[in-house]
Amino acid sequence: MSNSTDTYAVPGVGAGLLDVYRRRYLLKLIVRKELRVRYRGSVLGLAWSYVKPLVQYVVLFFALGIVLRVGDQIPNYALYMFSGVIVINFFSEAFSNATRSIVSNAALVKKIYLPRELFPVASVWVAAVHFLPQLIVLLAAALLSGWHPDVMQLFGALLGFIIVAVTATGLGLLAGAINVFFRDAENIVDMLMMIVTWTSPVLYDWTMIRRLAAPWVLTIYQLNPITVAVELFHWAFWYPTVDQPVELPPHLLVTGFIGLGMAALFLVIGQIVFRRLEGHFAQEV
Amino acid sequence: MGAAVIVKGLKKTFNLRHSHSLKETLVWLVKGRKGDLTKKFDALHDVSFEIQPGETVALLGFNGSGKSTLLKLISGVILPDQGTVRTKGRVAGLIEVGAGFHPDLSGRENVYLNAAILGMSEQEIHEKFDDIVAFSEIEQFIDTEVKFYSSGMFLRLAFAVAVHTQPDIFLVDEILAVGDEPFQRKCLAKIKQLSDEGRTLVVVSHDLDMISRICDRGVVLSSGTVQFEGPADQAVAWLRERN
Repeated sequence: MSNSTDTYAVPGVGAGLLDVYRRRYLLKLIVRKELRVRYRGSVLGLAWSYVKPLVQYVVLFFALGIVLRVGDQIPNYALYMFSGVIVINFFSEAFSNATRSIVSNAALVKKIYLPRELFPVASVWVAAVHFLPQLIVLLAAALLSGWHPDVMQLFGALLGFIIVAVTATGLGLLAGAINVFFRDAENIVDMLMMIVTWTSPVLYDWTMIRRLAAPWVLTIYQLNPITVAVELFHWAFWYPTVDQPVELPPHLLVTGFIGLGMAALFLVIGQIVFRRLEGHFAQEV
Repeated sequence: MGAAVIVKGLKKTFNLRHSHSLKETLVWLVKGRKGDLTKKFDALHDVSFEIQPGETVALLGFNGSGKSTLLKLISGVILPDQGTVRTKGRVAGLIEVGAGFHPDLSGRENVYLNAAILGMSEQEIHEKFDDIVAFSEIEQFIDTEVKFYSSGMFLRLAFAVAVHTQPDIFLVDEILAVGDEPFQRKCLAKIKQLSDEGRTLVVVSHDLDMISRICDRGVVLSSGTVQFEGPADQAVAWLRERN
């Protein structure tokens, strides 16, 4: 849609993510709609985004920290685990909802032209809104454990958040577009989300992988943007509370920027595939 | 000043049988792509015409003639397989009244959401909000969730939003069938006003009497091709002859 009156526009061909920025007011309204609709008729409302991760966290902590005693090798294990878990929660909610976003907005996609990238982006945004209360709980827990981060570590956390958000947007665009044609995509994504907790050092630490795997496997393992983000969160929220010597992964910031590069690559691929398939959304969804 | 809408050599083909399973497609690929995975159907075939700014044009034809497909192509909801569509200025496509409405949101929230979907800015919506509500005549229920609305109330609000979006080109599908007699008259007056303001209207309707009253020109479609193009009353007469 163009506001200029002297040039011709090609209907249905937009500028992709740039259009999402141009119509950010609409994005805001779609995010608000999603949040409103999600908690319709529920008494607890947004509080559910505290309760669910809390229950999941307590279960994991009990099983791994207390029963299996993984925590004996990692100081401050409770905080270590929580700072990783919230990254995974953010990523899996953003990615799986973005994957479903086009299909679940079929009524709109079929009837009115609007930049369809709005839907996956809104899903990631909604996940970020749910991420916020978890981050506040994490901050409170860190402060109680004597948290004193430096500026670089806080920057690392921000970088980690951006990496996850961009990766989820890119992969969400890709899987969301494919899901219109093959509903298998959402099941594949659900399956991946079961694995993703274990392919990053969330419940254990990276030295355990180093002990088991060949160096090149470890390199691939550490290049996973989600692993990068989890390690950056450990660095920011857990490491400053630890008073005994622990081994951090080497070159955290360098890996951080490589992770950001990978995330950007996912975004570009997602956008390209999305644009190629977008023309058929309305008739196939 | 050139045409507001230019449609050239338009062709649109639909798949009749949809395969949404990866397994079926893989089997088909493994078997060396034998046969067509889907049957095809030409919804539109070599359609060309132009619409001048300020014109009110009706797309006519019986069910399945390709009218709605053509409207969706002009609005950009679907893309043509061949040929081009060009539009000048802001387009508001109303393929279905209230398509963007969500039943769980209140009338107020839906007005904002739908107006933004149709391309209005935040400020424009703030300015027009009272007019929209006044036009719909449902002030009392504006903060009620839309799922509790009667169908008449729903259509009134949806139509009110649409006519206040101030598009240069307004695409409407069967929306003249809204509400009771007095409200319909009000809608027609509003449409007339839009057209007097120099806005371009493209209308799809089966109400032939109404079309010959409000439209300047008619394009008759049959089996996906343009069969007749001319003044609205002649187009209506042409269609009636073949009824």
